[in-house]
Amino acid sequence: INHIVHNGGLYKRPFNEAFEETPMLVAVLTYVGYGVLTLFGYLRDFMRQWKIEKCQNATEREEQKDFVPLYQDFENFYNRNLYMRIRDSWNRPICSVPGAKVDMMERVSHDYNWTFTYTGRVIKDIINMGSYNYLGFAQKTGACQEAAAKVLSQYGAGVCSTRQEMGNLDKHEELEKLVARFLGVESAMAYGMGFATNSMNIPALVGKGCLILSDELNHASLVLGARLSGATIRIFKHNNMQSLEKLLKDAIVHGQPRTRRPWKKILILVEGIYSMEGSIVRLPEVIALKKKYKSYLYLDEAHSIGALGPSGRGVVEYFGLSPEDVDVMMGTFTKSFGAAGGYIGGKKELIDYLRTYSHSAAYATSMSPPVVEQIITSMKCIMGEDGTTIGEARVQQLAENTRYFRRRLKEMGFIIYGNEDSPVVPLMLYMPAKIGAFGREMLKRNIGVVVVGFPATPIIESRARFCLSAAHTKEMLDTALKEVNEVGDLLQLKYSRRRLVPLLDRPFDETTYEETED
Amino acid sequence: MDVRRSIPRYLYWLFCQFELITCSYLMEPWEKVLFYSFNLAMTGLLLYTAYVCLAFHLSSAFQLLWSLLGNPRENALSVVK
Repeated sequence: INHIVHNGGLYKRPFNEAFEETPMLVAVLTYVGYGVLTLFGYLRDFMRQWKIEKCQNATEREEQKDFVPLYQDFENFYNRNLYMRIRDSWNRPICSVPGAKVDMMERVSHDYNWTFTYTGRVIKDIINMGSYNYLGFAQKTGACQEAAAKVLSQYGAGVCSTRQEMGNLDKHEELEKLVARFLGVESAMAYGMGFATNSMNIPALVGKGCLILSDELNHASLVLGARLSGATIRIFKHNNMQSLEKLLKDAIVHGQPRTRRPWKKILILVEGIYSMEGSIVRLPEVIALKKKYKSYLYLDEAHSIGALGPSGRGVVEYFGLSPEDVDVMMGTFTKSFGAAGGYIGGKKELIDYLRTYSHSAAYATSMSPPVVEQIITSMKCIMGEDGTTIGEARVQQLAENTRYFRRRLKEMGFIIYGNEDSPVVPLMLYMPAKIGAFGREMLKRNIGVVVVGFPATPIIESRARFCLSAAHTKEMLDTALKEVNEVGDLLQLKYSRRRLVPLLDRPFDETTYEETED
Repeated sequence: MDVRRSIPRYLYWLFCQFELITCSYLMEPWEKVLFYSFNLAMTGLLLYTAYVCLAFHLSSAFQLLWSLLGNPRENALSVVK
């Protein structure tokens, strides 16, 4: 079902995004499951308080029992009664490079997930559907590894300084020029940690008296950066351009809350691919709105750089837009480049300002040289400058894998969220017991998946998230699909009623809360 | 052979679905015992109530239907004439 375009042909390609509605029976049964678990949670808490059962979680000391209670809120209740029961699906220790296949250390728990012991056995060659390895650069052999090893023997591993003091290596300068060339912007700056890039640079760009319009489902780093900056934050509905336009109009017309003065700056925070939903931002419309209302755009391409676009340049290339329209292009090197760190790209004045005023540049240790070399080699590979076509082949392989995997899962009858072209594939599970059951059953069949529940998602919309990679061959995907099919039949996960609801451009009014209607 | 093996298997699969939906899959054995005994007690009470009261309700409903269809019944309730 194609997106019906009413906005003057801003989109050069069909925009297929769908979020199928939760079936009513499934929602009711999910609440029943949570209700039963809550009752048993109260029972267990009662037993723990009256010492009938041994208390294994953190509690206050005897002397502090009369103080304000620390562990009585919902998060802690959820943690000790619901999360503990399915905890073995997370924090699994792996002991090899997280490529297309990974080795995992086996662990068992004899007291229902309160403690774990290692059996000593290593489960080999688990198909890895959970790592953010979109272009397959998480390798221990190959050109990237050799270059990184050479740089390691030349520069060592540590930098022992911040960027502004003695930590500015020539490798960093080379990396920043390369990143700027890759993105098509004037200048770029790289930081040691992707989370810190967002949380430390947004406060440097906006302050009190500015307005931040942030998407509902933005990542914690963007939320933290927005809150640390001290600016006023307003949330618009996820990927909903009518909601964003209404907020922009209100901001321009009414100005700041009490004084009615115009806002100093209006900054729109969006992400390229939202990793929990698998949706892609409607960038052409955002840019049109930004130009109309004279605001600034901060695009976080953590998951979309390297993964979208015909040559892997991200969501801007995917829509065929110019990088000059986006004021601040941020991204990370963790996902597609197999390294760690983040970057910000934009105009030269902006980046020079950030070099002086960013907290991350002034206080955080700069990037380690082997990591920088890994990024340089992988970026040159993607651009094709190392003389091979490996990069181009990988970008195309990822796109093929994405289309194939999503199509097959939808045909099987699972509810899959998100855009057709996003390599992040969330498969809806809904019920709490199925979260634990899915993780365990897939591990029994030698496939490692990431399952997500509350608080990363709304409480009834728990999901399993597959991250596709260019390193996955078709045989691996077929094996994985066969096992997912089997587990789906075993656990009854095929909820889809195949009622595809097209995304229409409807005028936004306050009474409309759902994006899709029957 | 197939049918004889598949009916118990199907029932076991149904039981697994019940376990998954009510989250008794996640419970420790003593919690499962508590939960299942509560469920069985409730079901037993429900069946007993149905058995005792249903006969009376069904017969009075049937009588009402019969009288509505135009055939009044001679009984203690319809003495007024």
